[in-house]
Amino acid sequence: MTRIHDMGGRFGDGAIAGRSGGRVFEERWHARALALTLAAGALGHWNIDMSRHSRECLPPKDYQRFSYYEKWLAALADLLVRHGLVTCGELSDPERSPACPAHQKILRPAHVATVLGRGLTYTRPVSGAAKFANGAMVRTRRHTANPLVIGGHTRLPAYACGRRGRIVGCHGAQVLPDSNAHGLGEAPEWLYSVEFAAAELWGPDTENPDDTMVLDAFESYLEAV
Amino acid sequence: MSEFDRHPGGRPPHSHLPPDPALRVMALETLLVRKGLIDPSALDEIADHYANRVGPRNGAIVVAKSWLDPSFRESLLRDATGTVSSLGFTGRQGEHIVAVENTPDIHNIVVCTLCSCYPWTLLGLPPAWYKSDAYRSRTIREPRSVLAEFGVNLLQSQKVRVWDSTAEVRYLVVPMRPDGTEGMTEDQLAGIIARDCMIGTALPRLPEPGQ
Repeated sequence: MTRIHDMGGRFGDGAIAGRSGGRVFEERWHARALALTLAAGALGHWNIDMSRHSRECLPPKDYQRFSYYEKWLAALADLLVRHGLVTCGELSDPERSPACPAHQKILRPAHVATVLGRGLTYTRPVSGAAKFANGAMVRTRRHTANPLVIGGHTRLPAYACGRRGRIVGCHGAQVLPDSNAHGLGEAPEWLYSVEFAAAELWGPDTENPDDTMVLDAFESYLEAV
Repeated sequence: MSEFDRHPGGRPPHSHLPPDPALRVMALETLLVRKGLIDPSALDEIADHYANRVGPRNGAIVVAKSWLDPSFRESLLRDATGTVSSLGFTGRQGEHIVAVENTPDIHNIVVCTLCSCYPWTLLGLPPAWYKSDAYRSRTIREPRSVLAEFGVNLLQSQKVRVWDSTAEVRYLVVPMRPDGTEGMTEDQLAGIIARDCMIGTALPRLPEPGQ
């Protein structure tokens, strides 16, 4: 079963607001929320998949009412408590928290450009060849559920479950979010781009049968057909 | 109930922060500084990095080069990650890049239905609309209706291909070079390649005469 973030294809959202763009940070606190999240992430207590899962685990009523960077902040607070770095009492009254010496991996301003500019790579070596060749027909697994952890993280969207598509690319073997989000190891798997005909995904709601949708799917999300 | 949905006292930790978002950020920053987890001057650097140093000009340079240099274009379509890193465009949310080219037969458009994945190193941070529920939910099912809202007119011959960024691969749309740009320099070409052209929600437009 899926969570609130998995919204691809749903009806009801209406027109797209603010299409003309705008500033990078619409409010000063947006910049601060992004920076806090990245700086706290640099401490190394969690990975990007844990971060995404923390946002996905926001109660639906919070996910819906929070603006984008409010989701980030809430997810950050939840991660900090989950990983034992702060307590709920400290979140309600930060001034009462005792001053502590700097964390060993605290991000200093001199290192910011290097850390952000270096990035991380998600490609990993694996033994064994990719199971699917370009052009092969595959079917995605029937359920969006994480097979390792109940209510856990996965990157197979609900709209694409149990659908037939064609392999159109392979991106090497990469870290499997379903495992990495839960501290169960990187468990790298071959990652493919899979193309679906619009009608295969949307049936009677298909907008134009000539169109296609492509998503990236890990090997364990797929079976041969 | 999943273990992620069980909280002491029945309240998720974030509900202990103040209700106003700006105050919530300040409270969290104050706490993390006291705990020795954050250096506030690093926060200024991070904000400056994304406000001023990384942005869609990077992607526009990549596209302009691909219009001018067939061997660069070939390299970009074959190995975008390596090709853009040779220009110095590396970093967070740009670790694995794939360039997808618009043609008279195909119009590409990028979305992240599950969150807000976006090629930061080439386009900067995503605009608010890219992260909106409406864009995330609708683009994957009704891309033509979304494109019409953005004022994009497709050719009769064009099919639409929607890319949902569901892993760590980030997609850059390479728009078609418009007529009337013959003789323009790389810099001039980069000037007509707006951010949205590289998401797929706009087409490059020549400047109005006199501009």
